[in-house]
Amino acid sequence: MTELSLVQAVNAALKHAMNEDVRVLVLGEDVGIDGGVFRATEGLFRIFGEQRVLDTPLAEASIAGVSIGLAAQGFRPVAEIQFTGFAYACIDQILNHASRLRARTRGRLTCPMVLRSPAGGGIKAVEHHSESPEAMFAHIPGVKVVMPSSAARAYGLLLSAIRDPDPVVFLEPARLYRAAREDVPDDGAGIPLGHCLTLRAGRDVTIVGWGAMVKEALEAADQLAAENVEAEVIDVATLKPLDSATILASVERTGRLVVVHEAPMTCGYGAEIAARVASRAMTSLLAPIERVTGYDTMMPYARMEAHYMPQVGAIMTAARRVMAFT
Amino acid sequence: MLGNRLLCVLDRDGNLAGPLPEFARDPAELLRLYRTLVLTRTFDTKAIALQRTGRLGTYASSLGQEAVSVGAAAAMAKSDVLVPSFREHGAQIWRGVTLKELFLYWGGDERGNDFAGPREDFPNCVPVASHAPHAVGVALAFRLRGEQRAAVCVFGDGATSKGDVAEALNMAGVWKVPAVFVVNNNAWAISVPREKQTAAATLAQKAVAAGIPGEQVDGNDVIAVRAATERALARARQGLGPALIEALTYRLCDHTTSDDASRYRNDAEVSGHWPAEPVARLRKFLMNAGHWSKDMEEALLHECSSSVEGAAEAYLATPAQPISAIFDYIYAEIPAELAEQREAATVQAQGDA
Ligand SMILES: Cc1ncc(C[n+]2csc(CCOP(=O)(O)OP(=O)(O)O)c2C)c(N)n1
Repeated sequence: MTELSLVQAVNAALKHAMNEDVRVLVLGEDVGIDGGVFRATEGLFRIFGEQRVLDTPLAEASIAGVSIGLAAQGFRPVAEIQFTGFAYACIDQILNHASRLRARTRGRLTCPMVLRSPAGGGIKAVEHHSESPEAMFAHIPGVKVVMPSSAARAYGLLLSAIRDPDPVVFLEPARLYRAAREDVPDDGAGIPLGHCLTLRAGRDVTIVGWGAMVKEALEAADQLAAENVEAEVIDVATLKPLDSATILASVERTGRLVVVHEAPMTCGYGAEIAARVASRAMTSLLAPIERVTGYDTMMPYARMEAHYMPQVGAIMTAARRVMAFT
Repeated sequence: MLGNRLLCVLDRDGNLAGPLPEFARDPAELLRLYRTLVLTRTFDTKAIALQRTGRLGTYASSLGQEAVSVGAAAAMAKSDVLVPSFREHGAQIWRGVTLKELFLYWGGDERGNDFAGPREDFPNCVPVASHAPHAVGVALAFRLRGEQRAAVCVFGDGATSKGDVAEALNMAGVWKVPAVFVVNNNAWAISVPREKQTAAATLAQKAVAAGIPGEQVDGNDVIAVRAATERALARARQGLGPALIEALTYRLCDHTTSDDASRYRNDAEVSGHWPAEPVARLRKFLMNAGHWSKDMEEALLHECSSSVEGAAEAYLATPAQPISAIFDYIYAEIPAELAEQREAATVQAQGDA
């Protein structure tokens, strides 16, 4: 048994990928000697040296941009952005370059890079350290967006992301980094991207979430069971490309959908899922789709962040509402 | 290398202003440079004509700036990688991008970026300055693999105001990667003149803060541009790190075919720059040295125009791709939902036809 926390699983996946493929490089601020501010790259510098674990100057746009150059040259850069609040500086590079290098050169140049960043609130960090930008990246054609919800899934999904021939934005829920441990065999097995994972079967209502919200969704499902409501819980895992089939099939069985995410509601990724279900499974729906999300406000400072992030109770309330709808 | 003097080999009348560098002692090399300058200008003229008659999209002319492009590319080894902005047709032509590919690109067809020639060169970069970090990544790849190759990145004077360039120069300097940055300083960024772009006395001095060498060259002197770039590349290949070259030239044309430069600069300014332009300058030198004649000039103009006309015809005869093509290279493997969109678009297109 290898019990790992999520951040240790990320570390194990990086180590595994670097061992199996010399083209894999890690770069970012403080990723070398320091092992990253969350220790995701701990020990890599000692094992692989400064040729493969590169401390960069403090320049987020260029961390992404340099990765594009490396990727076009056949390397497999895994760039770390220290906190998602600073990943916005990379959007120009991801949107205007990484995502379209393959298309605009008809496949002559490609961009197999991974941009990793801790995401989301719950660690009482200072401002700009707790944002959830998954929808911004998911809006970009040509990138893949992944958000794991457990140590084992972080390990398997990150390996697949690194092996993927296209650019992947990999958002790691910071508050899950050390929240739990689970058995993660370091066997190099990837979890395929582009598949939702059904974590709990249930006949009454489908609860869909990703990242840190999966934990809340599962807890809500447990408590709803005591009220005789059987909730099916789906971890989206890969937001782009979205595996709508799994979600649609579930909603066709349950007739009810609650989507949970921490990012603001307006234009959040929940809207995308709701729209797809509304257009493709409309006749299966027994109730309006509910979204449980952050507010359309700034992510508040630490004292208030618990009020902002969807809580188990809010998910249960939404589930009860769709159950009560007639 | 870090001289403050402006490097110039040929003065504006084509007379020697300094010693000829090694390559320039071979008349065949000078003729190759001259031929590419003329071909670039011929391409440019045709591109504008096609745009004016609705057969090409918006086009960024390089009139007057050909020597920066051709000079920088001529200094490169074939195995080096060019990371250009959108005005380096001369460099692309020298490196083997075909005229038809250039027409396709400016005609709005992605296949123009699928160079049959320099396979590893980057396509044109439209978001100003954002390609500078790519050159650092490419150069870092060369260093990590221990290859004797370098990346050459060209951008305009306006680009030097962006953080991307500062970040890239800085990172390249820290890592000592084999990258050469060439500022194609044509005095204007659309309507904003160089003096309003930065309070710095030169753009070459932007290298100082990055701890790398920077120098100014006469960008209308193809020999000087090539010599400076060759020196910077030699240095880079020795592992001594990157360099910044500011090539001083002048945009004799509108910014693009959508621009009207008469709104912000007067004819006197423009005509004042014509006597310094790069093509006539090299021609005068070649004539005076007895390497060139009126007949040879006529023959060359004829040859360039038939190449360009042939390429333009081939471009115009190239059928557009089917709608499915826009989906084909988004990912290595098309996701299910995107495949559905492709199917729907194809059906829609058949309905429209
Ligand atoms: C990031 C960005 N901002 C604005 C533009 C619009 N634009 C295109 S070219 C240009 C001026 C560029 O000037 P310079 O870098 O000197 O290059 P030049 O066009 O003179 O060759 C501007 C503002 C752009 N393409 N990209």
